[in-house]
Amino acid sequence: MAEGIKDKVAIIGMGCTRFGERWDASPGKLMVEAFTEALQDAGIEKKDIDAAWLGTCYEETSVGKSAIPLAVTLKLPFIPATRVENFCATGSEALRGACYGVASGAYDIALAVGVEKLKDTGYAGLPQSDTQVGTTLRFAFPNYTPPGMFAMMGTRYFAHYGLSPQDGKRVLAHISVKSHHNGAMNPKAHLRREITIEDVLNAPIIAWPLGLFDCCGVSDGAAAAIVCRADMAKKYRPDPIYVKSLQIAASSGEEMMCTDWDFSHVESTVHAARRAYKEAGIKTPRKEISMMEVHDCFSITELTIYEDLGISPRGRAREDVEAGFYDLNGTIPCQPDGGLKCFGHPIGASGLRMMYEMYKQLQGKAGPRQIKNPKFGLTHNMGGIPPLNVVSICIVGL
Amino acid sequence: MVGITSYGAYIPLYRIARMTIYQALGWLNPASLLPGEKAVANYDEDSISMAVAAAVDCLDGGDRGKVEGLFFATTTAPYKERQNAGIIATALDLNSEVRTSDFTTSLKSGTGALISAYDAVSSGSAKSVMVCAADCRLGKPGGYQEEIYGDGAAAVLLGNKDVIATVEGTFSLSYDFVDVWRAAEDKYNRSWEDRWIRDEGYGKFIGEAISGLMKKYALSSKDIAKIVYPCIYTGAHASIGKKLGFGPGQIQNHMFTEIGHTGTAYPLMILVAALEDAKPGDKIIVASYGNGSDAVLLQVTKEIEKVKERRGIRKHLASKKDIDLYEKYVTFREVLNIDTGGRGDEVGTTQMTILWRERRMLLGLSGVKCKRCGMPQYPPQEVCANPKCGAINEMDDYRFSDKRGQLFTYTGDILAFSPSPPAIYGTVNFDGGGRWLFDLTDCELDSLQVGMPVEMSFRRKFHDVQRGVHVYFWKATPIRA
Repeated sequence: MAEGIKDKVAIIGMGCTRFGERWDASPGKLMVEAFTEALQDAGIEKKDIDAAWLGTCYEETSVGKSAIPLAVTLKLPFIPATRVENFCATGSEALRGACYGVASGAYDIALAVGVEKLKDTGYAGLPQSDTQVGTTLRFAFPNYTPPGMFAMMGTRYFAHYGLSPQDGKRVLAHISVKSHHNGAMNPKAHLRREITIEDVLNAPIIAWPLGLFDCCGVSDGAAAAIVCRADMAKKYRPDPIYVKSLQIAASSGEEMMCTDWDFSHVESTVHAARRAYKEAGIKTPRKEISMMEVHDCFSITELTIYEDLGISPRGRAREDVEAGFYDLNGTIPCQPDGGLKCFGHPIGASGLRMMYEMYKQLQGKAGPRQIKNPKFGLTHNMGGIPPLNVVSICIVGL
Repeated sequence: MVGITSYGAYIPLYRIARMTIYQALGWLNPASLLPGEKAVANYDEDSISMAVAAAVDCLDGGDRGKVEGLFFATTTAPYKERQNAGIIATALDLNSEVRTSDFTTSLKSGTGALISAYDAVSSGSAKSVMVCAADCRLGKPGGYQEEIYGDGAAAVLLGNKDVIATVEGTFSLSYDFVDVWRAAEDKYNRSWEDRWIRDEGYGKFIGEAISGLMKKYALSSKDIAKIVYPCIYTGAHASIGKKLGFGPGQIQNHMFTEIGHTGTAYPLMILVAALEDAKPGDKIIVASYGNGSDAVLLQVTKEIEKVKERRGIRKHLASKKDIDLYEKYVTFREVLNIDTGGRGDEVGTTQMTILWRERRMLLGLSGVKCKRCGMPQYPPQEVCANPKCGAINEMDDYRFSDKRGQLFTYTGDILAFSPSPPAIYGTVNFDGGGRWLFDLTDCELDSLQVGMPVEMSFRRKFHDVQRGVHVYFWKATPIRA
């Protein structure tokens, strides 16, 4: 049995740009912005970094392939550098590379940077890159967009649990209203306006049953983390954050091709969560997790994540949502920074942005959004679509 | 005994009232109004996809491995070079040892293909040949042709066993009579004066061919149960039969006011309608019109009583939806060059190597079935997708195109580009196993329900205009009544 990386790696510095329509900023400028903040936060110098990971998904509309753009932009001194990509879970993948590099003993200090420049696409939504499912499968895939793929989970979830579309949409609206409330307090968030249930229900449909306010922001941005060996972390700061578990699971294809999967949950999340809890030594997540940043690309995704993480019982996340369990002042606040919904979703940066919020909350530096005495923070970062995806889960604590 | 062993047809779901066209463009040509409606192919249909649909109707579950030839007749072939019949044969999952040919450039190509198939079977060089005819002609906006031309397809299988209508004889005329024409570089047909076409061409050649056939085989009008020939002018249509001595009951309904003039497919579609009502012993003459005429004499056998009901003409005619907007019709047919937006402009490279390598998967919707656990799966896998099995390279071919399924979930996507928004797609659980995601077509979002039965329909997935490639795939549709 592998022993895992629990408490072997600490995060000692983080940075995150303002997310949004950064018409003025190149991907390079965004990377420098996030990196500079992280470096200052960690109190180290560039020469202290032993290795670097870059996460970026749509490289063709941004920096191009490989880790060279990171190394050249930051003028890294010929150190090992790697580019990773795992759809929308790319940011977590960069962090995983850095953490595993340090945990292995190969490096003392490693850097993870995630960046995405989505607003050079020329139209709304994510780039229409139809070969992203492969040059063969593109001919056999429907003419889809991400909202449509997740909307199918809404249609099915409602049917599976006997919710009328009207009732189902109202439950989902609660989720978006909560995230907008939190995001409005976050100066780095893309969308900073409080909304009402009625705003959500009356918004134009993007992909039935999802409307505009069921969908996250499409943003530019970058985030960075500096990690080091746990035993040397206190040398740099009194309040390092320790990685308790970092797990990932990828679809096996059975969701897409066998008729068993219910399209009302994400199977990879179930597997990643099981392993992450085990690695972190968490037995009752509903009681032990203090707060979460999950992959709320769409409101229905967040609803099903509550169940897949084993926090809300199957089919009953609705009750927790309506009871305010996941609100900022609730039992397990979810998306305290506004989530993908409001902070925005620059693909390669998102996983690191989630960690940025957990890091700041654990250090007590989250300002008006501060959660009282958090112990464990969980990030859930999903790449792909409900039937075909990778899910990364990271648990951190003091 | 050689003749027709099966028949099928296809009429697209959509119809447009000629008044709708007239209301949009009648001001240009106030005398242009014609009665009734016409059949209109959906934005994802063309003559190839309609021919596949008619052929599937004609095969009616029969053994595809026994079809030794496939002849495709059309004047609206998507390709000038790349055999259109070859695309149809692959979509039908026919054996690759099949004789395929395109018959084209004249509206009598449909009967031409029929006669050639008859000759092939008669000579013994093939035992079973499928003839598909389909057309999807465009009339220039504002002209008569726009109201005249309809879209549709027919298919007949020629063979020497279980023949339902024997071919008793043929008579052909070829005249370089240029009433309508379309040069290689033209999108729309051109035509000469209507009165000349009606009186000197249409009004004469059909009669000449039918009377020539009857004389050749010493028949009189009393010997014939039904004559079948296309309609361009309703008045002239009736008088052709009358002049030949046929009563109104012997002239098969031309359907001009229901579907319009469907080009090469037209005489064969009317023939299918005649066969649907035929009795053993009936003699039927089918004649085409276009640069002359072919006339074919058929005699119906007792085998016709064993023919199972299919969609054919009758059911397809009854199953329809009205397009109430002229602008929608011209968008579907790419007459109006709409703004597809940045997202719609993004079309990746169409790799011919992939289309060739995966032709059975992509054109034939062929998947695999695991020999060990029996689970059907699409697309074809090397490693069994069943988590309890996982067998490697133990797969048999498995055709999904003829399987029905249930709509497990769906959406209507406004963000995705579609000429007929929203883009509707969903997950299909196939009866007998297997699941995949498919575009849905010929439906409205409001009409869909989780769990409703669906069937597969061969469609044009996208048109890679930059590289001149029509890419086809299968879509799901609610079961057509």
